[in-house]
Amino acid sequence: MKVQVLYFAALREQLGVECEEVELAESATAADLLKLLAERGNAWTAIQDGVGTRLAINQEFAEPEASLSDGDEVGLFPPVTGG
Amino acid sequence: MSAQIAIVELGKEAIVPERAAAALTAKLGEAAKYAGAAASFTGTVRTAADEELTGMLLEHYPGMAEKQLRKIALRELDAYSLFGVGLWHRYGMLRPRDVIVYVHTVAPGRQAAFAACAAIVDYLKTDAPFWKKETGSFGERWVAPRAGEDRPRAAKR
Repeated sequence: MKVQVLYFAALREQLGVECEEVELAESATAADLLKLLAERGNAWTAIQDGVGTRLAINQEFAEPEASLSDGDEVGLFPPVTGG
Repeated sequence: MSAQIAIVELGKEAIVPERAAAALTAKLGEAAKYAGAAASFTGTVRTAADEELTGMLLEHYPGMAEKQLRKIALRELDAYSLFGVGLWHRYGMLRPRDVIVYVHTVAPGRQAAFAACAAIVDYLKTDAPFWKKETGSFGERWVAPRAGEDRPRAAKR
């Protein structure tokens, strides 16, 4: 399956990527996606849960254990600082 | 009880609190006569005493930001049985003293008005996808969340 991954704020700047399509195994979880991305090395190692990357699936906050479906939009970003 | 009114706006234009509050009152119409209290919160771009701030870029997650702002406002409208709630949030480039966010709550009494307004502001800090980047005498830097405000809270409720 394929998911659309969007990057925001400091994370987007560090990675130099705004969005991309990522191919994943069926029944993959968000944690699987994070692991796959982190394995790219260098700046990508910043993408690990608990180390400062938060995630949203289809525009709702989610935890890494959440499962993904084909066509999902996954947002990855640092902790929010709005308001 | 009369219908509940909500106004949620995310935009690049300057927020004028008085005008925003008036828009909510106008939308409440006749129901406004049952309201005994209104509370509001204005969040502005601030400068630290020992440095110079020239601007603040407020980045947002298009689509998700609108969705979460709406969710936060409607949840408290319901939780506190408000007559009306208004939530206005900026994005884009802001300057010192600009209004970042304005929250206005209208309720039968003061406790609900104050509490709902405070709850909305608290949730904005943790559950709305915005990121602040400051520019000034220090160069450029992303603002870090305050302790305890680095994770979404809605799920815990």
